[in-house]
Amino acid sequence: MATYPAELRYTREHEWAKIEGKRARVGITHYAQDQLGDVVFVELPKVGAKVTQMQTFGVVESVKAVSDLFAPLSGVVVEVNQELTKQPERVNRDPYGTGWLVVVELTNPAEAEKLMSAPQYEEFLKTAGGH
Amino acid sequence: MSQPETPLKRTPLHAAHVRLGARMIPFGGWDMPVQYAGIVEEHRTVRSSVGCFDVSHMGEFEFRGPDALRLLQRLTTNDVSTLEIGQVQYSLLCYENGGIVDDLTLYRLADDHYMMTVNASNIDKDWAWVSRHLDGRVDARNVSEETGLIAVQGPHAERLVGRLSDVDVPAIGYYHFRRGRVAGVSGIVSRTGYTGEDGFELYLPGAGTEEVWERLLAEGKPDGTAPIGLGARDTLRLEMKYALYGNDIDETTNPLEAGLGWVVKPAKGPFLGRDAIERVRAAGPSRRLVGFEMVERAVARHGYPILHDGASVGVVTSGSYGPSVDRYIGIGYVPPSLAAAGSAIAVEVRGRGHAARVVKTPFHPPRVKR
Repeated sequence: MATYPAELRYTREHEWAKIEGKRARVGITHYAQDQLGDVVFVELPKVGAKVTQMQTFGVVESVKAVSDLFAPLSGVVVEVNQELTKQPERVNRDPYGTGWLVVVELTNPAEAEKLMSAPQYEEFLKTAGGH
Repeated sequence: MSQPETPLKRTPLHAAHVRLGARMIPFGGWDMPVQYAGIVEEHRTVRSSVGCFDVSHMGEFEFRGPDALRLLQRLTTNDVSTLEIGQVQYSLLCYENGGIVDDLTLYRLADDHYMMTVNASNIDKDWAWVSRHLDGRVDARNVSEETGLIAVQGPHAERLVGRLSDVDVPAIGYYHFRRGRVAGVSGIVSRTGYTGEDGFELYLPGAGTEEVWERLLAEGKPDGTAPIGLGARDTLRLEMKYALYGNDIDETTNPLEAGLGWVVKPAKGPFLGRDAIERVRAAGPSRRLVGFEMVERAVARHGYPILHDGASVGVVTSGSYGPSVDRYIGIGYVPPSLAAAGSAIAVEVRGRGHAARVVKTPFHPPRVKR
């Protein structure tokens, strides 16, 4: 799998969104999981919670660090990856697959225009991302 | 708030860490490896096989002369008169008010010759403290710069060190040491560590440290030997409830509340901090350092409040996920009334109390050689 798959959209806070019609699946990028190191705890909203673009919606913790999660897009949480409670390391092993975090029913799909494409995100990592 | 830019110090193994692809971080003024393969994997390597740690950043002071014993009896809390040649003692330096200057290990190298190993971030402070109290016929030297230190820890450590050393390694008892060669380099082979596993700490001349490091990793490869960073060093020691200076103990904590009364020996005679510590003993400590595990899922971290009945009653001093116990664990100070195993407490994480309970420690059974 590509390090930054072309079909995803990216935030400056290192989340990805896979837009599927009116819904978006959300996770953190390869870069984010690599920077964090071993993820040992993930705190996610409940189904039905509202999330707002670029506002925090949860927390991911590695052995050494606590990091806020930022919503790539606004909407209502319709699915939560419960498997991460028992196996948070999936975020490291498969950040774009079984390490997904939530699925959001979008309230404003036009917000996607503010997100980066894969080439844009990779360019961002080269310039500002490694801060 | 910006810190003045001082260049980070490097151990003799710095280039080796970079070649191994370690992630480097600043630690106590040093540029140190926090992880190589990953903290959890490295932690498991030490519990199941053997891992090599660069701890060359730690400090070493030597004391030699007819008054060395008298000086060390006054400086440290443990009874140095019981220390035999070839033996190691865990001990403390304390201020007059009973606060802890540092925790340390003390080696008796010969009749009138001792070596003290101190924490890296405290070398300058400790050396200033020691120098201030120098007295009598003692030659004290700070040999930190020229001394390398590699910890080899894990159930296969004896086999690995034994293969590379001319010392009778299996004959070395826990908290004992012998002088000899490892991979051809002369040094001290000490059966000590900070992981709860059997293992050794190898004191080496700085110039020979890299040779020993390379040979350990090469020789141990078939056994799964791997380099281990500071990240796993921290989770390994946390599962043992070994105190970390700057986190769990510091100048504001006294040895009794920290659970280190076993290295305070008031009967040996006067020493720095004795009177203050004995006043605490008479009154009873006002708080105790305990281990706890989270009942509600959350990671407790240094500085988080400990709650009881909704009120803040203490503070977390260390906390993490414990890979070998597969739980979120921590240590912290609580009132004596909540110090018994089973006591219900809570830890405030992101503004909300999360249930926890005091448990017996160590969290994971130690397997040091007795």
